[in-house]
Amino acid sequence: MTDGELTGGEDSSPPEAVDLRSAFESSGVKEILEELDRELVGLVPVKRRIREIAALLLVERARRELGLSHEPPTLHMSFTGNPGTGKTTVAGKMADLLHRLGYIRRGHLVSVTRDDLVGQYIGHTAPKTKEILKKAMGGVLFIDEAYYLYRAENERDYGQEAIEILLQVMENQRDDLVVILAGYADRMETFFTANPGFRSRIAHHVDFPDYSDEELLEIAETMLARQSYRLSDEAAEALQRYIGLRRAQPHFANARSIRNALDRARLRQANRLFETSTGPVDARALSTLEAPDILASRVFQGNASGGGGTPG
Amino acid sequence: MPMRLTQGTFSFLPDLTDEQITAQVQYCLDQGWAVNIEFTDEPHPRNTYWEMWGHPMFDVADAAGVMLELAECRKVYGDRYIRLSAFDASPGWESMRLSFIVNRPAHEPGFRLERQEMAGRMMRYSTRSYAAEKPAGERYGDD
Repeated sequence: MTDGELTGGEDSSPPEAVDLRSAFESSGVKEILEELDRELVGLVPVKRRIREIAALLLVERARRELGLSHEPPTLHMSFTGNPGTGKTTVAGKMADLLHRLGYIRRGHLVSVTRDDLVGQYIGHTAPKTKEILKKAMGGVLFIDEAYYLYRAENERDYGQEAIEILLQVMENQRDDLVVILAGYADRMETFFTANPGFRSRIAHHVDFPDYSDEELLEIAETMLARQSYRLSDEAAEALQRYIGLRRAQPHFANARSIRNALDRARLRQANRLFETSTGPVDARALSTLEAPDILASRVFQGNASGGGGTPG
Repeated sequence: MPMRLTQGTFSFLPDLTDEQITAQVQYCLDQGWAVNIEFTDEPHPRNTYWEMWGHPMFDVADAAGVMLELAECRKVYGDRYIRLSAFDASPGWESMRLSFIVNRPAHEPGFRLERQEMAGRMMRYSTRSYAAEKPAGERYGDD
């Protein structure tokens, strides 16, 4: 153990000016924002919001260096939007961003849902919630579908206990932990109305819009390229039609639905190659999805309205 | 004359501050060790098995998590000895790498040396803690 580490460094007078531009580049914030732009299709309002938050945090840090502010800022956030709109992915980037700016010490993301926090019987909830909080300390706690924590219909629901512990830590250990609550916009709104304590402790609300059809197609192509697959022209056209039809059906989950559809298309492609091939197959055939692989989906048969199962 | 229990690392130094404990814990976590909290009111040096406060903390990334648990333990057993130990699982079994006291009673009465005369001028010695003369759980509360 060194003395410098324990006493927190020497007490020097604050600098007179801070170069924001160079802080932006040297802190690595620039890289993360560029990564966001590069890796995530669409989401323009989200990217703009993240950029604003990053700028605010950078300025806040500069103010702290000049001795203008001393209180750690509230950083808890809520991410609202439909499933598959990139909330978890952006939360990971946010953890990285906060870490590089020095607002959290480790930069890891602990992703949980109600089941990880709330117990099954009396006395089970507090240890479970505390266990998760301990693991998340120094990083970001991402609570997916956070509105499930509160069940209005059951006043003795154990979720309330988890909420109280969370609120306490969100207030008292702001420099140890950042909490991000995520879920559908309308249900989160109800949740915040029922738990005003959360609303007042959350500094940033970020809304994730649905992807447009063109964006989803672009996402599909990116996903496939990452796995060294490609779409033939007819398949791309079929997928475009698929996206339009799939959107109108229940349980549409944006990029996640597309990923699942592509997984199933790869399954059919493998089956097709296996059944039709007579001689050796080349790399091109192995990596190309053809129109029939997509068109075999149940979505095109127009009867997927019956039942809530995932359309094939 | 009061005495100080000197078990484990750092025990000849002044008591560590919370900031210093945090730095030590973070060092342990950075090595990939699991930190465990134990407490006791039986200060005999051969009493190696202290009571465990919960499970050893695996998968904790930041010392703040351990300090949260230590604060809880102090709330309940603040009048007893509390120690942190760090276990390293990398050899394939859990082996202790570091153990140090982080909390001690306000008053430590110390030990009595007992002599027992045996046949032929032989002598047997044993140490007995003054605190341990009271039943477990009542040893340090009233000072």
